Amino acid sequence: MYDKLVYELSKNTKVAYSLPKSLIKDYALPKELTRELPLDLPEISELDCVRHYTNLSLKNFGVDQGFYPLGSCTMKYNPKINEEIASLASFKNIHPLQSEESVQGLMQIYYETSQMLASLTGMSEFTFNPFAGAHGELTGLMIMKQYHLSRGDLKRTKVIVPDSAHGTNPASSALCGFEVVTVESNPDGTVDVNKLKSLLDDTIAGIMMTNPNTLGIFEKDVLEISKLLHDNGSLLYYDGANLNAILGVAKPALMGFDIMHINLHKTFSTPHGGGGPGSGAVGVVEELVDLLPNPRIAYEDGKYKFKSTSPLRVSNFYGNSNVVIKAWCYILTLGKENISNVAKYAVLNANYVKESLKDDYKLPITNICKHEVVFDGLISEKASTLDVAKRLLDYGYHPPTIYFPLLFHQALMIEPTENESKETLDEFINCLHKIAKEAIEDPNILLDAPHSTILKRIDDVRAARFPILTYKDYLANKDQF
Amino acid sequence: MFKYFPHTLEDEKEMLKKVNLKELDDLFSDVDPSVKIKDPNELNLPLSHSEIELRRKAKKIANKNKELICFAGGGSYDCYTPSVINTLTSRQEFLTSYTPYQAEISQGTLAYIFEYQSLICELTGMDVSNASNYDGATAAMETMLMCINQTRKNNIIIANDFSPSVKDVVKTLANMHGINLIEADINNIDEYLNNDLAGLLLANPNYYGEIKDYTSLISKVHTSSKALVSMYVDPSTLSLLKTPREMGADIACGEAQTLGIPMSFGGPYLGFISTLSKYVRKLPGRIVGMTKDKEGKRAFVLTLQAREQHIRREKANSNICSNQSLMALHATIYASLLGKQGLKEVAKTAYNNMRYLTEKLEETKKFKLLNKNPFFKEALFETSFDVSKFLSYMESKDILAGIKVDDNKILVCATEMRTLEEMNEYVKLVEAYDVR
Ligand SMILES: Cc1ncc(COP(=O)(O)O)c(C=O)c1O
Repeated sequence: MYDKLVYELSKNTKVAYSLPKSLIKDYALPKELTRELPLDLPEISELDCVRHYTNLSLKNFGVDQGFYPLGSCTMKYNPKINEEIASLASFKNIHPLQSEESVQGLMQIYYETSQMLASLTGMSEFTFNPFAGAHGELTGLMIMKQYHLSRGDLKRTKVIVPDSAHGTNPASSALCGFEVVTVESNPDGTVDVNKLKSLLDDTIAGIMMTNPNTLGIFEKDVLEISKLLHDNGSLLYYDGANLNAILGVAKPALMGFDIMHINLHKTFSTPHGGGGPGSGAVGVVEELVDLLPNPRIAYEDGKYKFKSTSPLRVSNFYGNSNVVIKAWCYILTLGKENISNVAKYAVLNANYVKESLKDDYKLPITNICKHEVVFDGLISEKASTLDVAKRLLDYGYHPPTIYFPLLFHQALMIEPTENESKETLDEFINCLHKIAKEAIEDPNILLDAPHSTILKRIDDVRAARFPILTYKDYLANKDQF
Repeated sequence: MFKYFPHTLEDEKEMLKKVNLKELDDLFSDVDPSVKIKDPNELNLPLSHSEIELRRKAKKIANKNKELICFAGGGSYDCYTPSVINTLTSRQEFLTSYTPYQAEISQGTLAYIFEYQSLICELTGMDVSNASNYDGATAAMETMLMCINQTRKNNIIIANDFSPSVKDVVKTLANMHGINLIEADINNIDEYLNNDLAGLLLANPNYYGEIKDYTSLISKVHTSSKALVSMYVDPSTLSLLKTPREMGADIACGEAQTLGIPMSFGGPYLGFISTLSKYVRKLPGRIVGMTKDKEGKRAFVLTLQAREQHIRREKANSNICSNQSLMALHATIYASLLGKQGLKEVAKTAYNNMRYLTEKLEETKKFKLLNKNPFFKEALFETSFDVSKFLSYMESKDILAGIKVDDNKILVCATEMRTLEEMNEYVKLVEAYDVR
């Protein structure tokens, strides 16, 4: 197995670059501002570099390689044409502070994408300034807070978050200076309306909901909930991480949501990049558009223009432009004829997996699910969900999301997107049946898994107990490795 | 059939049968009809584009953007992107994977994040770094929270010479979070140096490109308060410049776009945060650590996660989940290619270019340097003419001449990408510029 860090390839005086000869004189740097610390960076050749990172890449697993049913993350296919278009020089080599006249193309992409997302969700306008879902949440909550403040309503200091919510929801609320109030779920995984009612008073700024929620269940009482909150003077925030389940089929604004984010890196097919860059586009209803963070993009008199209408700013410029371009490409490729099939096939696939596995895996909620299905571990209980996940590695799959949501102790959350064929799903289902059988017949195969990966099970307790976080740390502790 | 949907009619039928439903729409019987889209034809979307049509349309739109010879900075810099980088970051194993939750099949991502953390620490002189933040502005904002969390005090000073948009991002969160943010001239902060101070945020270089030695100021802050000092820096300058660590800062953060990342209309960029070992548990976001697998082989894994939202929820240091991982890879490959020598050469070229351009601009008498301190690759000038008109004039010559700061003030930047010829052309156009 290739096992090198780039620092370990280094040899004095090697180079992997060439720069033009400078034609101007050398100016001296003030002495008191000059670095004295040694600078230990790799010195390698260009081929060393290419081989090193190619070899590192081979230790990864991507969507192009195989099934990646990581629940809540919507690991769909990332179309290649989108990459080609997003890397056009006249999108890339553009300074963010050029004149409006010289960036009309990019502004058009932003504007059109906002309009198309507005049509799909029922919102009025979207901003692309937030960089990811969590950043979108924070932005949306700021809008919520500012809305109440601008009306002189200063008491609204709390946000309600369901116990099934993603960790970013309560974390974003806290960051935004709200107190988090947790509302419990019914046994079927939806928000308990009676419990919700008991929490409502004039200190509630709003609620954050994910619909379908993180259990993949559509919130059946969403209309009642939105009426309750609006009557209470509160707003509703929609965490759009699960929008793939209803894309082109239903609109969050019609459910009563006022503010939402969309993870373009999930629903709109832009690649996850090993954990970003993404985009947490935030949309709001008409009444809130002037609170969208600065700058916004408007279309007036045949020209795209920047405008600032809000006291909020959330990023240095306008977010991750190439992600917006790719989302635009994706929507145009689908077109209105195909877009609702995204949700339909994603939901069909999830229900197919659900019905196919319920004999071996505990299914706490048996209703129709949406784009993902959550099991609560093996019925046999001969091995844990972690063991099942690690065994899946041996069979060449990226495991589902595990131990989230927190409502079930052995959560195994499978999200097969609309791009996956019946053949792929059948093979995966067979594999999970086989693993369930192994758990009964020879549980050690699971407990010791994975067997066929380049590394065996990794000691994460050690990592936290003796943090080695840089190459320097490693050199200082080399004797332990 | 459509290229992204693989089911044949036969498949669809069989699958519906398995789930005991008649048609696809039955999958949404739990969704109230009033919230549904009745007919997708009503959607304000174009019809499906083939690849050929999409490419044609996109090129037409892209051509409405104008690539200019860039003399603007202000947080986004025209820098050298070696060709190798794109080839490597486009590899599907990096591009189409996600956060490395399953370490056994994510050693590629985990290893480059470890290298990235090492790189950021090497440049800033700090001990520990996280796996990336969204951009410089949000990184600065997060360091404000680190100061608050560490000291449990609520006053933060932000230097008034930060970039206005970075300042606005920090201010926005401070307002929302209830932090008492004081914007101050850094020479006049004595009155705030007391027990209530949580942190001081410095920009070095500042918005005008000026670089300063903050050693004595930082030591004064440390002796007169419990506050942490966070310094916002440009990592592309740190191969030459005195590091935040050498000046005594507790946190170094900033924008790493300058490590070879294209300007891309302002993003994707790369925010970074590094700090001293003792504050590692205050860092936001992902951190990768080295450990071993069951057989004792060296391995990498996400670590110290008890700081993060998926474990701590509302008590987490930050809400960040997805970050800018691929851009961290980009910067890491950049630094590996350029290495110790190359980074210094690039930085020195930018420094020399800006010094040269400044001399020549001052000679025209139409530009007056306003910077009172040494500066790195950009500087603020007073002009004898209206800046807006000048910028339009220069744009008509395919040059982005700078950033308007005021009617008669312009921020001009020359990175390593500017040639002698381009700089001379700029100066010639200024000389010829008719002050109307
Ligand atoms: C339900 C839910 N909400 C929010 C997020 C946060 O999104 P991001 O990682 O883009 O910040 C996620 C991402 O995993 C999610 O699954």
